[in-house]
Amino acid sequence: MSKELIRLANCTMAFDGEVVLNNIELSINDKEFLTLLGPSGCGKTTTLRIIGGFQRPTSGDVFFDGARINDIPPHRRNVNTVFQKYALFTHLDVFENVAFGLRMQKPAIGKAELVSRVLEMLEIVSLRGFERRETASLSGGQQQRVAIARALVLRPKVLLLDEPLGALDLRLRKDMQNELKRIQQAMDITFVYVTHDQEEALAMSDSVVVMDGGEILQIGTPEDIYNEPENAFVADFIGESNIVDGVMTADGSVEIFGRRFACLDGGFAPNEPVDVVIRPEDIDIVALGDGMLTGTVTNVTFKGVHYDIIVDFKGFKWLIQTTDLSPVGARIGIKIDPDGIHIMKKSRYSGLFGDYSSYSAEYDEISDAAAVPAGTAQEADS
Amino acid sequence: MTGKKGAGGRFYTYLVMLFLYAPIFILIVFSFNEANSRTRWTGFTLKWYGELLADRGIMSSFYTTISVSALSAAIATAAGTLASVGLFNMRRRWRAPILSVNNIPLINADIITGVAMCLLFVSLGSVLKFRLGFGTLLIAHITFNIPYVVLSVMPKLRQLDENLVDAAQDLGCTWFRAFRKVIMPEIMPGIVNGAMIAFTMSIDDFVISYFTAGSGVMTLSMKVFSMTRKRVSPKINALSSLMFAAVLFLLLAINIRELSQEERRKKGTKPRKTR
Amino acid sequence: MKRRTLAVPYVLWLAAFVVAPVILIVIYAFTSRSGGFTTENFSAMGKYVSVFARSFALALISTAVCLALGYPLAYVLAREPARRQRIMLMLLMLPMWMNFLLRTYAWMSILENTGLISRLLGFFGLGPLRVINTPAAVVIGMVYNFLPFMALPVYSVIVKIDRSLIEAAQDLGGSPRTVFLRVTLPLSLPGVLSGVTMVFVPAVSTFVISQLLGGGKYLLLGDLIEMQFLGQAYNPHLGSAIALVMMVVVMIFMFFMNKFGEGEDKAVII
Repeated sequence: MSKELIRLANCTMAFDGEVVLNNIELSINDKEFLTLLGPSGCGKTTTLRIIGGFQRPTSGDVFFDGARINDIPPHRRNVNTVFQKYALFTHLDVFENVAFGLRMQKPAIGKAELVSRVLEMLEIVSLRGFERRETASLSGGQQQRVAIARALVLRPKVLLLDEPLGALDLRLRKDMQNELKRIQQAMDITFVYVTHDQEEALAMSDSVVVMDGGEILQIGTPEDIYNEPENAFVADFIGESNIVDGVMTADGSVEIFGRRFACLDGGFAPNEPVDVVIRPEDIDIVALGDGMLTGTVTNVTFKGVHYDIIVDFKGFKWLIQTTDLSPVGARIGIKIDPDGIHIMKKSRYSGLFGDYSSYSAEYDEISDAAAVPAGTAQEADS
Repeated sequence: MTGKKGAGGRFYTYLVMLFLYAPIFILIVFSFNEANSRTRWTGFTLKWYGELLADRGIMSSFYTTISVSALSAAIATAAGTLASVGLFNMRRRWRAPILSVNNIPLINADIITGVAMCLLFVSLGSVLKFRLGFGTLLIAHITFNIPYVVLSVMPKLRQLDENLVDAAQDLGCTWFRAFRKVIMPEIMPGIVNGAMIAFTMSIDDFVISYFTAGSGVMTLSMKVFSMTRKRVSPKINALSSLMFAAVLFLLLAINIRELSQEERRKKGTKPRKTR
Repeated sequence: MKRRTLAVPYVLWLAAFVVAPVILIVIYAFTSRSGGFTTENFSAMGKYVSVFARSFALALISTAVCLALGYPLAYVLAREPARRQRIMLMLLMLPMWMNFLLRTYAWMSILENTGLISRLLGFFGLGPLRVINTPAAVVIGMVYNFLPFMALPVYSVIVKIDRSLIEAAQDLGGSPRTVFLRVTLPLSLPGVLSGVTMVFVPAVSTFVISQLLGGGKYLLLGDLIEMQFLGQAYNPHLGSAIALVMMVVVMIFMFFMNKFGEGEDKAVII
């Protein structure tokens, strides 16, 4: 385990009395790729801006390499940022954008070194030959890379990235994910990455921090977060989940819809009500008589690799991902292996997520659209 | 749209242009007229231009106009730019009423702005023992010019990427350095535009100057006004021709410059989806 | 944050040179020469009712003529190819950049009794036509000076109307006439409103045009105010009262205008 580089201790941020960050504790290790993940308004950008020095926490401390840096202005922090809409200087060309930070350095950097560092950086982001281009003439992906080069040329110990891929189209976004991971490994520094896109977070990160309502809900590796969500919010935000009410009858045994299921979790009070997460891909469709539960198929969507089918169990609708086609109206049985069941303690999110009653094929787009008006939380302090 | 309709529309625009330019054209033609008449052509001469340049009253009013316009435009541009940045960083509940006050000189009839300032200067003058003159004229011009600068700089500030200053600070600038190195160049078109509007508004102004300059100082507009009240001289025609030529030249220069800038920008630009 | 303080000097300047003068106008309007409170200045205005009426009438006529001439011009311009639009716009603005006094002066020589129009008509055996020193001359002067103030805002709104809106209306079966009346015209209304204010306000308050082209025979509000401050009738108290009334009337006028075009930003371009 590498050492801790940044720590936020009891950080609270309020704008005009409105709390956007509620007493968070966060430790970021050296050379790790950490992602702050959450819906818009969850406080992830504010957290990033506190690390960058653009905002000072209302209370609490920020430590960098063990030293308190609350009062250090952004231009004296060894941290650089890639901003949401790039914030490129349109009056300067690509070379001068990247050189900007170097020219600000004191003592001044020699011309030869400056040129070689800029060119080296442009090489890393594959933009050699674009030195004299106007930034406005570049594509979105190229502008993105200029922004990254501009921040990295100062050799920061930490690079902060605020939804850097948000403005790119899907295809480019996938390419840039790989590119970013490659750059992070090549530079061997810490990346703190903000996004509302869970796929992006899972694909790139060493650690994921799930946030909502100004609080950190869970910190863990992508696998932890996906397999062992802390509560209904995390389970629903990361991937697809069916979340149902259950009662722990004993360690390794949970009762759902009046039937007992074997599971691997334990340590709950006897007959404690819990939230049960069942991922759509962990449900097997079996013959009617063999099923632990039986339900009716109400909707089928072909997804390429698999079908998304919605099954009605006593009025509660589940999403099941399967490669076997069951037509709408069919009665089916289902089977869930013990390792397909994950038990969570009840939380304030219980009952809010994990029901597919209002399922529509566009649910992906809807959850994306809900995250669009980002940055509105920062409006208040400008 | 059919060709016929288009032709009708064009014919109409030509008629309007004729209406706009015929008087100016006639003015210019008669600036070369031998006789002291604005209607009867007697022969070609350049003597009115000579007389114009020899007329000390006209020339000094010309200098007054140029100096008050240049000074007020320069001061208004600097003050207006700083004010815009300050206002931009204010909260809306403060900014909105200030911007409304900022608009008062734009919305009010010139004569009201003029007499209001006249009252102020006369009242202050009687207390502080000063008379209306170049100083009050300059203050008046600055006052009605700043709103134009604010109005042309503010939208540019609004267009800026909200993180631009953050980005510059992130890369090692102090706030003031970021302002000079990043904000200023980015909003420069707005500043230049504001300065130009301010300058032309000053040159064109008659009413406000008339009420705030006092009796000792005269701008060109005031001089023309006083001349039209007495005997009219073709010197005014000569003056008009020179002014027209100067404005034409300036506008052409600006447009050609803008066009060539655009061409250059086009060359380096690939089609983009967002702007 | 310190940046906000950059606006402080300007706020002070506004207070001193924009707000204070307007307050002074109010104070003067309600005081007599001796300094006491009075409403006499307003009751004294009774004899100038005809001046108010004439000013508003001439300004309204000029505004209407400007609209009638300027709207079609703006409409035609907005549909021209970009390059042509640019040239025409420049030509439209060019006279605006020339001195206002000189523009008005130009019409003096045209409208004179011995002026070009008269002589041209005489050539055809008509006339002599007396135009100078008539209300018609004043209206011509106003229209000439303020026409761009109408055409430019209207143009800037029309040119921004999304072409696909027009096409959608056509697609839905609108004849050119219906498309214009139901789509283009309503959408261009904000430009019209701002054009109307930009023409009406200077027109109702001018004294230069009436003195140069009306020969001082047709007293307008502007003349009246000017006389109280710099003219023979020196009485800044009465002048302030008249100015105040004019300001209030114009404000009410603009209030209704804005009410009419609610929510639309002013389409001012210069």
